[in-house]
Amino acid sequence: MAEVIWGLATSHVPSIGAAMDRGRTQDPNWKALFDGYQPAREWLAGHKPDVAILVYNDHANGIDLDIVPTFGIGTAERYDVADEGFGRRPVPDVVGDPDLSLHLLEKLVDEGFDLTVFQELAVDHGFTVPLSVWTPDPGDAWPCPVVPLLVNVIQYPQPTAARCYALGQALGRAIASYDKDVTVGILGTGGMSHQLAGARAGMINAEFDAMFMEAIEKDPAKLAALSREELIREAGSEGIEMIMWLIMRGAMNERVRKVHSHYFVPASNTAAGLALFDNRAGQTA
Amino acid sequence: MLTDIPGTPVFDGQTSRRGFRMNKLFMSLRFAANRERFLADEGAYCDEFGLTPEQRAAVTGRDWQAMIDLGGSIFYVYKLAMMDGLSMQYLGGVFTGMTEQEFVAAMRAGGRSGG
Repeated sequence: MAEVIWGLATSHVPSIGAAMDRGRTQDPNWKALFDGYQPAREWLAGHKPDVAILVYNDHANGIDLDIVPTFGIGTAERYDVADEGFGRRPVPDVVGDPDLSLHLLEKLVDEGFDLTVFQELAVDHGFTVPLSVWTPDPGDAWPCPVVPLLVNVIQYPQPTAARCYALGQALGRAIASYDKDVTVGILGTGGMSHQLAGARAGMINAEFDAMFMEAIEKDPAKLAALSREELIREAGSEGIEMIMWLIMRGAMNERVRKVHSHYFVPASNTAAGLALFDNRAGQTA
Repeated sequence: MLTDIPGTPVFDGQTSRRGFRMNKLFMSLRFAANRERFLADEGAYCDEFGLTPEQRAAVTGRDWQAMIDLGGSIFYVYKLAMMDGLSMQYLGGVFTGMTEQEFVAAMRAGGRSGG
């Protein structure tokens, strides 16, 4: 039986990756963000899982608007890092875990989540920046194989928050029913509040973000009840991508222990958030 | 249907239908060979992708707001901005009537108000 040992929620802003790739993490405008990551990174370095599942969205790099899958899963042995138009990030390609992918796919389809299957997929900053937040210096390889789980957050109608939370719960059951004894880390990515276009571009809603950060730990059902309209109004047209945090949270135990969280404004045009939860400490509390 | 949220373009299905050919053009700019071909004759490249006259004028005239209004997704429009060496903060300034420096300063001051 496989076991989720931790969940990491983090923003995926491309400039966070760029700051790392260019050695600017100690620049005055970035230092507080990266210093805030440090306790999470240290804990994660001591809790390496056998495999990870990364819930993310593509940004016009691995997939285009010909086909807009609401939910998808990668089943490949390898995922190349995409060239987004300015050269690929200098980070390792991603090793996958096709056996786990196909197990999750079957169990999730059995539960009514009809995922689109990606046998080939180039992963963009939405995927590699969260890996870098976790592991700043991967060397030749990321710490473990990673399975991509894709969510459409770019084209309305995005899946509802409730559906994402339910998918996460089904994902948790699918992981628990895997016949290999492996430990699993799960990453929910995107957010926090931000909007890139329109007269409201640059909006940040720190109050909403603080509520979300608290509730993702203690009361995710409250977040699952938010409508798309509420999410777009409160968190911005791109802030709605925080629904991906709910997939991560749904796959975890009802009670989790917060290891560390951090909030920083701005990463480019975005409020950057990080929250790390230990899934094994909550049961006896 | 989503009710209108002031100042907030929502990239929905109808918008995506309107912008489909233009967004395909933006997507193609990920590749250096296509960027070279685009820069050699922008109008011809737009025609090749089947843009409407309004979209063609917005792209060749770098009217960023019009590209959004005519169905561009910000993530796709950004490919063209990147090619021009422009940042998302520059675009944020365009959308809000500020210079890039003013927009960056507003973000560093905690971001713009959500209301």
